[in-house]
Amino acid sequence: MCLAVPGRVLDIGERDGTRMATVDFGGVQKEVCLEYLPDLQVGEYAIVHVGFALQRLDEESARQTLELFEQLGMLQEEFGDPWEQAAAAGGDPWPFSDDPDAAAAQEEARP
Amino acid sequence: MKYIDEFQNPELARRLLDDIHATVTRPWALMEVCGGQTHTIIRHGIDQLLPEQVELIHGPGCPVCVTPLEVIDKALEIASRPDVVFCSFGDMLRVPGTGRDLFQVRSEGGDVRVVYSPLDALRIAQENPGREVVFFGIGFETTAPPNAMTVYQARKLGIRNFSLLVSHVRVPPAIEAIMRSPSCRVQGFLAAGHVCSVMGMGEYPELAARHRVPIVVTGFEPLDILEGVRRAVRQLERGEHTVDNAYARAVRPEGNPAALAMLEDVFEVTDRAWRGIGVIPDSGWRLSSRYREYDAEHRFSVTGINTLEPAECRSGEVLQGLLKPHECEAFGTLCTPRSPLGATMVSSEGACAAYYLYRRLELTPARTAVSPEASPVA
Repeated sequence: MCLAVPGRVLDIGERDGTRMATVDFGGVQKEVCLEYLPDLQVGEYAIVHVGFALQRLDEESARQTLELFEQLGMLQEEFGDPWEQAAAAGGDPWPFSDDPDAAAAQEEARP
Repeated sequence: MKYIDEFQNPELARRLLDDIHATVTRPWALMEVCGGQTHTIIRHGIDQLLPEQVELIHGPGCPVCVTPLEVIDKALEIASRPDVVFCSFGDMLRVPGTGRDLFQVRSEGGDVRVVYSPLDALRIAQENPGREVVFFGIGFETTAPPNAMTVYQARKLGIRNFSLLVSHVRVPPAIEAIMRSPSCRVQGFLAAGHVCSVMGMGEYPELAARHRVPIVVTGFEPLDILEGVRRAVRQLERGEHTVDNAYARAVRPEGNPAALAMLEDVFEVTDRAWRGIGVIPDSGWRLSSRYREYDAEHRFSVTGINTLEPAECRSGEVLQGLLKPHECEAFGTLCTPRSPLGATMVSSEGACAAYYLYRRLELTPARTAVSPEASPVA
């Protein structure tokens, strides 16, 4: 939850008197409030946290971060189904299995 | 064990590491404040790549972990009411209260919904005028401005069936408390980058000067961590203790002025209990008196709640950097992510969960002395 993800502004509009935008996060699109970055323009990148744009970011940094997040599965963590994630939160049993093959498979499956 | 070729830019990572190795001449202990940084460190094995003299101590920067048990229990009580739609971020679902969690409340029939943004909760309130919609407002300085804006919007739009169960915490008073602890071993801080995106760096120079401790504002990508460590070690070797911004692409010294103004309007600073640690003066926000009617605690009078921390859980010591997760006897046996004793195990950003997920047992076994009297607050 304390993760903030860079995204690109696709379009800007208004809802209930509030400046809002559609923001793209590497393929996932969300509605984002621009009240804290009111001069953000279409095409620009910003760090977005829980639906609020909080700080501008240059395009290169944003792209690099998004790429990394995708590799690490963190976009799925941020935008995936939270109920599924909560249900699966247990992870593998601890400690390692005594079976070396199973342990290797576990390690292999790790992100 | 991770290797340097897994870094996004292994060449740059190697250069940063070489520089750290060349700079360090004696032992230093640095605390990374943010739970996201802890996960990056463990996931990429950064602590194992650093020189032996540089120890990383995990800080209290996981909002889910430090939310007091009493607040979780209040959330569970409110969420169980038939007239309530209880909205929360997903990572609060499995945080254990006394005996159960939000996941269980939902399975017992409670209307618990996960939202991406607090504004989604406000929309649910607009669409369900006959029901009470409560949003679980926890988090550090990064999360507080969105929640503040949502309460502001609720008032502006005249939405009466919305309220916030609020338990926000602030980083600088936690740093102060850690530095004041007689058992404190921290000599430098990697400050949480996104907190500073909002707050700027204004609160840090005085802290750095008073405690003679370098504070380096740091991002949470692997290379960010290495750069933060490099700058902190350089300062320590030179006997300096200033505030340095190693995350300039996302942090302006002044922070976000619009967000700061909203925080000032909607919240007021208050003493706040941190789970496992205790009360830290001025370390939290609550709704200011102008917005008290949106305070779920007042609206639902959640009182008479008995809070029982499991005696075996030592997450408080973990949160203060006094104990490594695997040094706790319950780690991996009584306490696992599937059946957590404390929030440091259940939260995806908690230090115990990071150690569990990445199978870390081998780290610095004897360097950390455990002292039960070591709480930073009296």
